[in-house]
Amino acid sequence: MSIKSQPDDHGRFGIYGGRFVPETLMPLILEVEKAYNAAKNDDDFKAEFDQLLKHYVGRPSPLYHAKRVSEDLGLNLYFKRDELNHTGAHKINNCLGQVLLAKRMGKTRIIAETGAGQHGVATATVCALFNLPCIVFMGETDVKRQSPNVFRMRLLGAEVRSVTSGTGTLKDAMNEALRDWVSNVDDTFYVIGTAAGPHPYPEMVRDFQSIIGEELKPQSQELAGRQPDALVACIGGGSNAIGLFYPFLDDKNVTMYGVEAAGRGIETGEHAASLNGGKPGVLHGNRTYLLQSETGQIKDAHSISAGLDYPGIGPEHSFLHDQKRVNYVSATDDDALTAFQYCARMEGILPALEPSHALGWIMQNREMLKKHEMIVMNMCGRGDKDIFTVADALNMDISS
Amino acid sequence: MSRLDQTFASLKQSDKKALIPFVMAADPDLEATSRILPALVEGGADIIEIGMPFSDPVADGPTIQAAGLRALKHDPSLDDIFNLVQKFRSENADTPIILMGYYNPVYQYGVENFCTNAVAAGVDGVILVDLPPEEEDEFTPHTQKSGLSLIKLITPTSDAARIETILRNASGFVYYVAVAGITGDKSAQYDQVGQAVEKIRRQTDLPVAVGFGIKSREDVVTVQKFADAAVVGSALIKYMQDQGASANSAKAFLSKLAGL
Repeated sequence: MSIKSQPDDHGRFGIYGGRFVPETLMPLILEVEKAYNAAKNDDDFKAEFDQLLKHYVGRPSPLYHAKRVSEDLGLNLYFKRDELNHTGAHKINNCLGQVLLAKRMGKTRIIAETGAGQHGVATATVCALFNLPCIVFMGETDVKRQSPNVFRMRLLGAEVRSVTSGTGTLKDAMNEALRDWVSNVDDTFYVIGTAAGPHPYPEMVRDFQSIIGEELKPQSQELAGRQPDALVACIGGGSNAIGLFYPFLDDKNVTMYGVEAAGRGIETGEHAASLNGGKPGVLHGNRTYLLQSETGQIKDAHSISAGLDYPGIGPEHSFLHDQKRVNYVSATDDDALTAFQYCARMEGILPALEPSHALGWIMQNREMLKKHEMIVMNMCGRGDKDIFTVADALNMDISS
Repeated sequence: MSRLDQTFASLKQSDKKALIPFVMAADPDLEATSRILPALVEGGADIIEIGMPFSDPVADGPTIQAAGLRALKHDPSLDDIFNLVQKFRSENADTPIILMGYYNPVYQYGVENFCTNAVAAGVDGVILVDLPPEEEDEFTPHTQKSGLSLIKLITPTSDAARIETILRNASGFVYYVAVAGITGDKSAQYDQVGQAVEKIRRQTDLPVAVGFGIKSREDVVTVQKFADAAVVGSALIKYMQDQGASANSAKAFLSKLAGL
């Protein structure tokens, strides 16, 4: 059986996934599933999605041979340039798909959660395009550290609600979005930003993001005359990674590395590495690996990257981890900061702090990676949003 | 006959309806909860719901969220909560105790151990907010084996077919959530709630409790006209938050709700 044949009818990837939501939401969740199953087999839906990806988002995103970095590290490294998408990250692929589905279902109000703000900006963008009211829940800590994205969302016409509960990060924003949804089931569609949440979200987000890996196959053939034998992507909830990995899962000779955020180091307990430092549990509608206490209370994650600062991970990654199909590794805040500056100077590309984790891990593990003949890393977001965070971390004053 | 069945049967005999207060375990600490539980009975509680605190309560409004955060400062374990119930039970053999919470702490404890130890401590039923019928198959064999009642939530979004599905493994009573929303939020439209309860009664003989948004004696009286029980959570917690979480304040507020 193909490892790609998940989830099953219950929305399970092995024991992971499922639909652990309050009863008020269950009928709606079942309705979303039904609508998605109809939409994915509808040529008109697919045609509209593809047309927008091409002309609005600017896909396909280029495959780029990072020659200077390759030479310096002694590797053959390519970047899949999803940071060149409209709004600067891979997030918009999924937002377009979900908002098209919301329209199809007759929903008139869109809500979303956001950490780094990229998913919030992408959702606000698509809502502006379709003239839909948009409310974005964002933890107050993230509102502060990602202020440029807050302003962008407001310019796009979205309402940004600062969430003060918990530690004011992505997990709390998601709690608040779910509370809003429970209270507004009739007219509201919740656009979840990562490949997590209750079924069918993990499957749906994966399918919308799989364009990344699907494009890579012909591009790789054209540019390198071959297919990659290693794929690398950073993982918070894991939407860019599953989008890159999924089309290759049955290709046994392709090794995959998912890079979690190790924060200040996994041994310090201040990290966001759910697979490397957590255990299976139930949160936000799905069973998956979580950072949690002995008593099952969810712990706060830590990462310099707001987009990776989440104590869970998409259920399909938990499954692929248990199946040992993907190697889940980690990179620290410092690794990411080093890679951020390195990439800027070596390739003239400011990577977001999220993919900086992927590059940081590659830099740390270059000797081991020399066994691979062609490595493709997903450059899933651009770093403009992070310049204030980076300046702060490096004690640099950018006002003068 | 279970303690829950007994309670509803004897209330019915005297033509009365149940009042069910909700308090969060360990809010503000375990000692306080231990004093509050018997006081609730003195104030007129027929059944008590005890919240098992969870870090991410997605169906709760600000009042119960805050109660959970206060409780989590002590990070009480489920064993601590079972001990609390056991202590209450040593002095009260009749008032049913229901635990209400989210699935993850129970899942980490182990579902089988949870059911066995809960019943041993004197717990009568459990409500798990985020364990819908689609996911309950891993849990119900253990509730059935241990004799723990599984109390199911029915909501304004549940149609007749959905109610049928929800009722499949229901026991003890069913809990109708009066508003499509979070706890302590909007006030319910009681004419609609009454109609919903009538609909539920066509599908089950289990007693029907109504909760979410019930704040006053008037609300309790209205709900008890058509339902078998009224659940009061946020309003009680808010009162104790303002007046101090003591046996006296718990009893005072509950007596008012009970019309004593």
